[in-house]
Amino acid sequence: MIARIKTLAAAGLVASALAVPTFAVPAQAAGELEIAAQDWSFDGIFGTYDRAALQRGFQVYQNVCSTCHALKHIAYRNLADLGYTENEIKAIAAEKNVTDGPNDEGEMFERPAKPSDTFVSPFPNDNAARTANGGALPPDLSLIVDARKGGADYVYGVLTHYKDAPADVKVPDGMYYNTGFAGHQIAMPPPLFPDGVTYGDNTPATVAQQAHDVSTFLAWASEPNMEQRKRAGVMTILFLLIFTGLLYATKRKIWADVH
Amino acid sequence: MAAKFDNSIVRWIDHRLPIFSFMHHEMHEYPTPKNLSYWWNFGSLAGIALVIMIVSGIVLAMNYTPHVDYAFDSVERIMRDVNYGWLLRYMHMNGASFFFIVVYIHIFRGLYYGSYKAPRELLWMLGVVILLLMMATAFMGYVLPWGQMSFWGATVITNLFSAIPLVGDQIVTWLWGGFSVGNPTLNRFFSLHYLLPFVIVGVVVLHLVALHRFGSNNPLGIDVKSSKDQIPFHPYYTVKDAFGLGVYLIIFAGFVFFAPNFFGEPDNYIPANPLVTPPHIVPEWYFLPFYAILRSIPDKLGGVVAMFGAIAVLFILPWLDRSPVRSGQFRPIFKIFFWVLVVDVVALTFFGGKPPEGWYVTGARIATAYYFIHFLMILPLLSVFETPRQLPKSISEPVTGGGAGFAGATAAAREKV
Repeated sequence: MIARIKTLAAAGLVASALAVPTFAVPAQAAGELEIAAQDWSFDGIFGTYDRAALQRGFQVYQNVCSTCHALKHIAYRNLADLGYTENEIKAIAAEKNVTDGPNDEGEMFERPAKPSDTFVSPFPNDNAARTANGGALPPDLSLIVDARKGGADYVYGVLTHYKDAPADVKVPDGMYYNTGFAGHQIAMPPPLFPDGVTYGDNTPATVAQQAHDVSTFLAWASEPNMEQRKRAGVMTILFLLIFTGLLYATKRKIWADVH
Repeated sequence: MAAKFDNSIVRWIDHRLPIFSFMHHEMHEYPTPKNLSYWWNFGSLAGIALVIMIVSGIVLAMNYTPHVDYAFDSVERIMRDVNYGWLLRYMHMNGASFFFIVVYIHIFRGLYYGSYKAPRELLWMLGVVILLLMMATAFMGYVLPWGQMSFWGATVITNLFSAIPLVGDQIVTWLWGGFSVGNPTLNRFFSLHYLLPFVIVGVVVLHLVALHRFGSNNPLGIDVKSSKDQIPFHPYYTVKDAFGLGVYLIIFAGFVFFAPNFFGEPDNYIPANPLVTPPHIVPEWYFLPFYAILRSIPDKLGGVVAMFGAIAVLFILPWLDRSPVRSGQFRPIFKIFFWVLVVDVVALTFFGGKPPEGWYVTGARIATAYYFIHFLMILPLLSVFETPRQLPKSISEPVTGGGAGFAGATAAAREKV
C-alpha cells in the first residue's frame, strides 16, 4: 500500500515534470504534502503491531491527543490488544466518568467508565469542540489512518512537519505552518515536544519517536483486526496455492486425451 | 434424453420432476466446443463472483443499519466487533471490483471473438442488461457505508437526472425522497441494493438459457460441424473452470487479506457530511470510463446522453458489425482496431480519475470521440471493406493437423450467416 503510494507519487511527479512543468510550480506553492514513507512494524504480509510502540503511542494519545481528539470507535476493553491486563484496563477506564441512566428514579447519573464503554470523548458534541478550538473541529482519530491518503505516514508527517513559515507566506492568527498538511496551514498547535511525555520503558521521547509511536497506535485503532486478517490471509493463500495446483494437475490429466 | 440414475430415490423424483435429467443435460453432457481458451473461463467466474457478493451481502445486511445516524457506525461495528465481519466486508468491497474486472474481461472477450453475432444477439443483449443492473447495484451499494464519497457520489450521480428536460428536477426529488440526499434516499437504496442482485440472477438465468440454445462461441468463431468438434461440459470444462476459479481466488484473497483498501477512497472512511464537499469527488474505478465520457461533453444533458449512449451502442452492436466472420483472429484490420479500443477504454478510465483540467479534458474528449467512432463508423465500414483471412473448415481441423489451405472456407463462412 505504502509502496504503491510512493510509486504513484513518484510517477505523478515525473509525469508532471515532463509533461507540464508550468503546472508543477504553482502546485508546490499551493501546498503540496510532504509524505515520507517510514518503517512500520505492521508493514508487509507478516507485519504485526509492535506492542511496546502501541503502549507508548497510547500514552501519547492519553497525555496529548485526547485533550481535543475523540476515539469513539475504540472501547477500553480493546486495550487488551496492546497487552494491558484486565485490572489495568479497569483502572484506565475508571479515570473517566460517563453519563448513564436513567436509573429506577428516572434520573441520569455519572459513573466511572467500564471496560465495555467506548473511549470518553473530550467534548460533548462538535459545537462544543469547535468553540473550545477557535472554530476548528479536531477530527475523531478512530479511522484517521484509513481515512487519509498515505495512512500512518501521513499522520507521522503532520506531527513532524511543523516549521517556521517562509518569509513570503503569511500565516493568520490561530494557524500554524505545517508542510505535512494540505495547504500548509493547520489549526492544530504543535502537539509534541521533546520529553513532552515520559515513557515508562525509558525510550527517549523525541518528537519523532512520539510521532512514530502514536501513529502506530492510531494505525491499530483504525484496524484492530489487521493481525488476524494477515494471519488468515497467509493460511488462505497457502491452502489455495496447493488446492489450485491439484486442480491444475487434475485438469492436465483429464484433458490429456483431447486433441 | 433421459439419463440413467443408479439411486432409486433420484429415479423416483426424476420421473415426476425431471430436475436431475435437466442438470445432467445442461451441466454434464452439455456439448461444448473443445477449443475454448482460458478467456472462456470468465463467464463462470462472473457467476461465482455474483454468488460471493450475494452470500457476503446477505450476512452483512444482518449487521447493517440503514439510517443516516447509524449506517457509518454500524459498518465500523461490523469491521471491529462482528466475528470475521472485517472479512465479510472486505470480501464484499473487493468482490465488487473483482466482479467488474471479470465482467469487463468477459465483455472484451465477446467483442474480440464476435460472440455478439448471429445467432447470439439476444445472449449479448441480455449480457448488456446484466452490466446495467450491476452498475445500478454497485452504485447504490457504495452509498450504504455513508462515508463522504458515498454521500457526494450519490449527490452527483442522482443529480444527473436533473438534466432531463422539463421533469428533471421532479425526478431527482422523487429519487431522493426529499430535497437532498438523506435518510429516505439511504433507505430506498438499501432496499434496492438488496433486490437488484436477485434481478441479476434472473437475467443470468435467461443469459444461460440463450447460451445453451446454440452453445458457446469459440476462438475460431466458426460453427460446430460435428460431434468431433465437441466435448461434454463435465468433466472437461468443470475442471478447467475449477482451476480458473482457484487462480482467481488466489488473486482475490491477495487483495482481501493484504491490500483490502486498494480499490477504495480514503475519504469514504470519513462519515458523510453534507456541509463539507470533498475537493475531488471520484466514483469507483469501474465507473471511470463512463464518468470521463459524461464530463467530456460540455453540456449537462449531452453528457448524460453520451454516457448512456456508451452502453446503448453495445445493445445495437450486433447490427453495427455486419462482418460474417466472428473471430478477430481472422480479421486482420479489426484486430488492430480492437486493441485500439482497449487502449481507448483504459485511457478513458485514466481520464475519469483525473480532475477535469488542462490536457486531461482534451485527452478525455479525444478518447470519448474515438469510443463512438469505433462502434458507429469503424465497425460498419470494416464489415464492408475488410477482407477476412480464410477460415478453417472445422474446429477439429486446425488441431488434428492438415495445415493445407482451405479453398472457399471464407465463402463457406459467409454462406452460413
